Amino acid sequence: MRVLLAALLVLMLGSVARAERLIVSVSNHRVTVTPNYSGEELVLFGSVEKDATTPADRTAYDLVVTVIGPRADMVTRRKERKFGIWINTDYRQFLEVPSYLALFSNRPFEAITSPEIARRQQIGLNNVLLTQRVSGDYADVVPNDAFRSAFIRLRTQRGLYREDPSAVTFLTPTLFRTGIPLPAEVPIGTYEIEIKLFANGALVTKTETAFEIVKVGFEQFVATTARQNGLIYGLATAAMALMTGWMASIVFRKD
Amino acid sequence: MQLYLPIADLPVNVFLVLAMGAAVGFVSGMFGIGGGFLMTPLLIFIGITPAVAVASVASHIAASSFSGALSYWRRRAIDPALASVLLCGGVTGTALGVWAFTQLRALGQLDLMIALSYVVLLTTVGSLMFSEGLRALMRTRRGAVAPRRTHNWIHGLPLKMRFKRSKIYLSVIPVVIVGIVIGFIGAIMGIGGGFILVPIMIYVLRVPTSTVIGTSMVLTLVTMLVATMLHAVTNHLVDAVLALILMVGGVTGAQFGARAGQKIRGEQLRLLLGLLILSVGIRFAIELVIQPTDLFTIRELGVSS
Repeated sequence: MRVLLAALLVLMLGSVARAERLIVSVSNHRVTVTPNYSGEELVLFGSVEKDATTPADRTAYDLVVTVIGPRADMVTRRKERKFGIWINTDYRQFLEVPSYLALFSNRPFEAITSPEIARRQQIGLNNVLLTQRVSGDYADVVPNDAFRSAFIRLRTQRGLYREDPSAVTFLTPTLFRTGIPLPAEVPIGTYEIEIKLFANGALVTKTETAFEIVKVGFEQFVATTARQNGLIYGLATAAMALMTGWMASIVFRKD
Repeated sequence: MQLYLPIADLPVNVFLVLAMGAAVGFVSGMFGIGGGFLMTPLLIFIGITPAVAVASVASHIAASSFSGALSYWRRRAIDPALASVLLCGGVTGTALGVWAFTQLRALGQLDLMIALSYVVLLTTVGSLMFSEGLRALMRTRRGAVAPRRTHNWIHGLPLKMRFKRSKIYLSVIPVVIVGIVIGFIGAIMGIGGGFILVPIMIYVLRVPTSTVIGTSMVLTLVTMLVATMLHAVTNHLVDAVLALILMVGGVTGAQFGARAGQKIRGEQLRLLLGLLILSVGIRFAIELVIQPTDLFTIRELGVSS
């Protein structure tokens, strides 16, 4: 009985806490990657809509935006010196991890909420779930695990993983914007955006939106043909080689 | 001018790649070799993954060896019988090589194997060629004649066959084995193998110099075409855009290289080639021994939707 009452209380508190509503939009829902694409920046706009149940004293909000690119399996390998040369020895497989991951907020994550909530809501690169296969088990490991931190470091170097605690700006107390930088070698697919609103360290509400990245043009045609019609692609490449060689022997014929 | 390579997934400068193709083409025209052993490392150094470099260079070598083979064919400097026997081994070897390539890639040891093969093969062949060229040069200085060739144990093997155009009577066993070996290392290392094949044919199989280069080009052409096909079907790693730029640069450079090559004497040419091969081998050896800037690497296993 007491458990039920507690549950009911939580539910009520929950509905009271959902007094705000988030309205967001991305500047472009379909990004096309052309041959001379060199990266770009999307803009996410949004506002916090209050209603009658919103506590009057609640004025300062915090916002955390998570952008998650298409998921893929990846392998991280570590080199070690063996017999005087550097060889790949140990490796870890990361399962269904985001190929692009960005975490943005208006102030440092630790100032927004408690470590406990940050961990549960996967706020910060250290808290995002990155499932590894460790000798048959599926689990995420401690944030300072060598393979996990190397993985995040390498992805960050390529601009594919990023966290920026000052990327979100509040234009007015309820109107906000943030840029989503996309590097030149951005993975194609569907990107999910999660927007979480915090007030006084507690999660108030959240919403989701998405955009997609598609490659167009000749490059994409070549890449898809190579993957889907390997035989025809191989034949075409071989024919191209013969043509080039034949033409060269005609152009540069000495006799 | 930047161009995005679809398979290598990398933007490159078209003129840089064209210049690389032309430079390697110049060297290959000068020494009468395919130049794969220079092209593949150069591509790796500009940031293309070894796997894509090896697979794409195969089609580039096919183009340059085809234009070479055509001109040798017109001069009747190709032995069709010898070429077909070599090809039996060559195609088998290439298929084995591509299979091994796929296995090594899955194990994460492909890059290491490519580097190791380069070190072992290039330093060995390079130093042999260099010392041989040095000896020949000293011999001509002293005015002595080259030692007469004698028959060796290879000529005692069974299954002998007469190769009319080369005017030799030889067992098919060593010929097929040579084909398999060249095909295998060619598919793994992204080289045509001309720089190993020509010495083997001259010194071991005793093929006369009149047919040796033309015939070896036929083997290179067919094994590289097969390698292109197999790499495209099994690993999807052949970058056609990259290959086309290399081909255009390569065939052009080769013409100028061939003219330059005619001005240099044979011994000096061999000495230079030996030195070049040796230095590429040493470059790979240094790469293996010094500590890499990052011990970790990531490989994506494909986006799962």
